[in-house]
Amino acid sequence: MSREEIMAKINEIARDVFDNDTVTLTDKTTAADVDEWDSLTHLLFTNEIEDAFGVTFTLAEVTKSENVGQLVDALMRHLGA
Amino acid sequence: MYTFKELRRAAKTPAPGKARALAILGNCSTQFLAVAVRGLAALENLPLAVLDAGYDQIEAQVLEDGSELYAFAPDSVLLYLATERLYEDFLELTPESRRDFADSVLVRLEMYWDAIGRHTSAAILQCTFTELADRALGNFSCRVDSTFTYQLRRLNFRLQERMAARAGVYPVDLLAVQAELGRERFFDPALYYSAKMAVRLDALPYAAKAVVDVEAALSGRIKKCVVLDLDNTLWGGVVGDDGPENIEIGHLGRGHVFTNFQRWLKELKECGVLLAVCSKNDEAAAKRPFESNPEMVLRLEDFAVFVANWEDKAANIRLIQRTLNIGMDSMVFVDDNPFERELVRSMIPEIRVPELPEDPALYLDFLQKQNYFETAAYTGSGADRTKLYQAEQAREKLKSSYATLDEYLESLEMVGSARPFEPSGYSRVAQLTQRSNQFNLRTVRYTEADIRRLAEDPDCLTLSYELRDRFGDHGLVGVIVGRKTDADTLFIDTWLMSCRVLKRGMEEFIIAVLMDRAKRAGIRWVVGEYIPTPKNGMVRDIYKSMGFEELGENRFRADTERFRPGKFHIKESEEA
Repeated sequence: MSREEIMAKINEIARDVFDNDTVTLTDKTTAADVDEWDSLTHLLFTNEIEDAFGVTFTLAEVTKSENVGQLVDALMRHLGA
Repeated sequence: MYTFKELRRAAKTPAPGKARALAILGNCSTQFLAVAVRGLAALENLPLAVLDAGYDQIEAQVLEDGSELYAFAPDSVLLYLATERLYEDFLELTPESRRDFADSVLVRLEMYWDAIGRHTSAAILQCTFTELADRALGNFSCRVDSTFTYQLRRLNFRLQERMAARAGVYPVDLLAVQAELGRERFFDPALYYSAKMAVRLDALPYAAKAVVDVEAALSGRIKKCVVLDLDNTLWGGVVGDDGPENIEIGHLGRGHVFTNFQRWLKELKECGVLLAVCSKNDEAAAKRPFESNPEMVLRLEDFAVFVANWEDKAANIRLIQRTLNIGMDSMVFVDDNPFERELVRSMIPEIRVPELPEDPALYLDFLQKQNYFETAAYTGSGADRTKLYQAEQAREKLKSSYATLDEYLESLEMVGSARPFEPSGYSRVAQLTQRSNQFNLRTVRYTEADIRRLAEDPDCLTLSYELRDRFGDHGLVGVIVGRKTDADTLFIDTWLMSCRVLKRGMEEFIIAVLMDRAKRAGIRWVVGEYIPTPKNGMVRDIYKSMGFEELGENRFRADTERFRPGKFHIKESEEA
């Protein structure tokens, strides 16, 4: 799965979790850029990504990723891509 | 089971209607649990308003007079202490004081209960403690009283004892939920460390179900009857083809499956659930295994109603429902045949029809997991309910032999009693306020603690009515709660009656006694009110038919000086 495909899927999840159809995430997007993105929706978001891709993030990946790009990096490491 | 995502979506549209208010207090983050409870209640069509008190706010909320909790005016307060947090507290203790850990947690819990009780009459929903095996001494931990394993199990056991001794505390058995899912599926260490949440997102719907089930029972949604198919449901095989001696039952092979299923049903019956049979069979053939096969656990006398014929099952279930005089939504229909299930489901949408697994070996486990029989009270005398309905059938037979209703009622030799609420009866009175839907004028639900408060309130006139006749004792059949609104006036806050004794003059008896007691207490006016619900239409005009004058919409009044009671054939018991 390419990075673009993963990003598209993550955007789909984000629109659902944040309940906002206009959300568009890029590598540089941070939680501060999305109104609905707080500490709890963050958990929901990472949980949905885990379910969708069949992976489990480490605690550090969940809590320390500074932007969407770092989360996608972590995801791609788990996927072995 | 729903996913957390579905619950989160459903949480946005609560069920309409008068909502119970539930406050959630935890020693960990409870925000998502609150969302899951809101969502599941909405999907179960249970109106419920949920307050999440926030992370680790128990003491601040329960001890402060003006706290958010008390401003919320809760009907129930959920206390959820995550074992993982307790474990951290435990490890802070010196090894010597660890052996008192369970007792010290209990003291804290009871302090919370007391504080809540001083501020509100809310029901307390107390979560049991999930397991955590730290294996400090390996398996050997179980026999060393200073280990967490030992103290945790002691805590759960002692909690049960304390709850049993205390009215108004209702268990939410998270331990059972965790046991069913397994610790792996229940607890996510990463989530605990990142968000202080001790329940995995995927497990939240199960935890929420435990909470919502208790809330549903507290709001009067209780299953009272299981309607059972026979062939391949209660036993293996077809009695009409195989014969009563050759059906599968007993300890051999697949028989074991059905024996254990029957054992569980018998336990339900002993807990007060009514059993009924609805089978497509010749009646005589259907009854034969119960009479002649010694391996059968259930006997004919275990059933409140037994219907075996070739009519369609929906019609038969309606017949059973009319005979028992209970709501369709308080019944569960268990049948191995998907066609019958679908037919009943489509004809009677209110009844619960579990989608039984194909393999009978899985029936029992499956049905136990559904948790249909949640209750908010246990009186121990529930088992007699089956006998009550059987006596009812004997009465019906007798009735047909009398020309007039009066003659029949006279022949029943009825004796009624009316007493103010007494401690020994609090639990049964509370149970009746929670279970009665049809003959219930204002449908106010009370917990045992509420009933005690009412009984002790000098401005309240409380009466519990019992009735017996030549066929047996009906036990508690009616409840009145009157509240003085001024020196001359008594407002009937609650009048409910068991539908089993309808049309027997009990309504007249209840009102006659009430008017008499009110008059003796120096009260001039007795005011009644009818609050309509989808289920209590039968009592819309009851006050008028009792001789009350209409004051305005659904409000009625009678004058104790001039009141003339209606006719009844019930003698008031001397001992009252």
